[in-house]
Amino acid sequence: MNDVTLTPDIRTKQGMAISSENIILVKDLVKKFGNFIANDHLTFQVRKGEIFGFLGANGAGKTTAIKILCGLWYPTSGELNVAGYDIYTQREKVKQNIGYMSQKFSLYDDLTVFENIRFYGGIYGLRKNEISERAKSLMEKLDLSSARNKLIRDIPLGWKQKLAFSVAMLHNPKIVFLDEPTGGVDPITRRQFWNLIYEAAHGGTTVFVTTHYMDESEYCNRVSIMVDGRIAALDTPEKLKYQYNASTMDDVFIRLARGK
Amino acid sequence: MKRFGAFVVKEFYHIFRDYRTLLILFGMPAVQLMLFGYVITNEIKDARIAIYDPSKDVVTRTISDKILSSGYFILERNLNNVAEIEDAFRYGEVGLAIIFEPEFAKKMEKTGTAHLQVIGDASDPNTANILVNYVSGIISNYLISINSEKIPHQIIPETRMMYNGELKGVYMFVPGLMAMLLMLISALMTSLAITREKELGTMELLLVSPLQPVQIIIGKVFPYVFLAFIDAIIILILANTVFHVPVLGSVSLLLGESFLYICMALSLGILISTITSSQQIAMMVSLVALMLPTILLSGFIFPVENMPWILQAFCYVMPPKYFITIIKSIMLQGNGLANVWHETLILLGFTLFFLILSIKKFNIRLA
Repeated sequence: MNDVTLTPDIRTKQGMAISSENIILVKDLVKKFGNFIANDHLTFQVRKGEIFGFLGANGAGKTTAIKILCGLWYPTSGELNVAGYDIYTQREKVKQNIGYMSQKFSLYDDLTVFENIRFYGGIYGLRKNEISERAKSLMEKLDLSSARNKLIRDIPLGWKQKLAFSVAMLHNPKIVFLDEPTGGVDPITRRQFWNLIYEAAHGGTTVFVTTHYMDESEYCNRVSIMVDGRIAALDTPEKLKYQYNASTMDDVFIRLARGK
Repeated sequence: MKRFGAFVVKEFYHIFRDYRTLLILFGMPAVQLMLFGYVITNEIKDARIAIYDPSKDVVTRTISDKILSSGYFILERNLNNVAEIEDAFRYGEVGLAIIFEPEFAKKMEKTGTAHLQVIGDASDPNTANILVNYVSGIISNYLISINSEKIPHQIIPETRMMYNGELKGVYMFVPGLMAMLLMLISALMTSLAITREKELGTMELLLVSPLQPVQIIIGKVFPYVFLAFIDAIIILILANTVFHVPVLGSVSLLLGESFLYICMALSLGILISTITSSQQIAMMVSLVALMLPTILLSGFIFPVENMPWILQAFCYVMPPKYFITIIKSIMLQGNGLANVWHETLILLGFTLFFLILSIKKFNIRLA
């Protein structure tokens, strides 16, 4: 069992190689459900290698946007380019190059740790030896080797969360989308999870994460805040705090939400 | 293709790790068949009767013997007086009583007519009816046999029950049971499998992956096709070996039609899963919308022709009805495709209809 260290080893944003190349390009994204406009002309870019936080209150349109970026839902209109491919005409290529971790951690309760890994490796087209190699190193890194043949329903939540992330990364995607990945876990586990995110980012993977924990936004390179279907602010946490004269991102958010 | 293989393997894991599913898939067919075959029977054997014979002459003895040696009846008691009749019924000792009038043979000779009374316990009207008819039949036969020399013209009907000479109830039940069980397994299990995925949130992950929606659906459905088919074979073997239900027609045609029916039920299961969001609802819809009509409206137990016209109209939209017709036709009548092509086409039509509807709904949901 992974021991809980009292001074968590958080890697910092220093030393991350963020290129100026854009890996996600969104222009005038609109999504309507009947008369309700969930995404109202969103325009933004995400740079390759950065940790991009997608913030907003519940119902602001974050989940809608991320589902559209992942290819789960079709946009009503707008241009989208993800991982270098057009979402309308090259959907398959997009899917092959992204990973996804949902709120519910998307692992199968009645399959073992290894079987889950093997399954996801299989559907992403990895070869058998690739799968066993990566499974082995993954389990060693997460200290899960002893739980290889345990059913998912029998392992603790914190482990599930880290495993779900690693499985999303199994096929070495260019971008990994995390939809509220830290819901329901304790603060220490959350910190450890962010270690994994940093590691992925240092390795060149772009991380697109939605959350409604404002403190987690400090961990991101840049952050966008959605209010009522629109992007109300997009910048680094430091600049946002300066701009809104706030000491924490919580305050930034409150000022934004209030002043609409 | 390899992706698809990985997906199918996972589906098999789910099935074999869920004991309830296994119980339904393999335990139910055997149990249901046994239940219907042995326990629920509408044939009458060894019905207990009482006879009151104050006459005790050759004729009454002959008639009594004929009745008791028919195999349908067992003599529970000989009554000594009229008062005992009511008691015999009230205490449930007998289902039928036969009362001869005194000096039976003498009366027949002198006046040409003698009376006997047949009393049935109609608190179970169906059984009473059948028993009374049995007795009437036996007596008619007796009359014909003693009168044959005296009467110049006679009409002697000779009855023959085609395809099921002994009127065994189980012949009727096996096709209906197959329709019901295959429907249950295919539709219910499939809709559960798909909604389970939705409930867990893993469906999203599948959709984000390079797996095509078509691959997902077929992958979910494939194990159940396989297992339902095995079930169909189990039922047929059991019916043939334990209950001696014949398979007069082509076995491969029978299996082919079963396969078509399974595909139809699976597409129905998929359709249900696209319109329900949870396993509970899927189960309810499957049970109510599928099982009950299958049992009641398909001709399984109650003949379609006897129903009011509005229900008959419903019956014509019940796929199981056509399947039962096909099975009976092949198994009991030994017919070939030439006789059942009409129903086969209808089943095919149903299958395509459900599939197309499911695909449309699936796509709408995605958009």
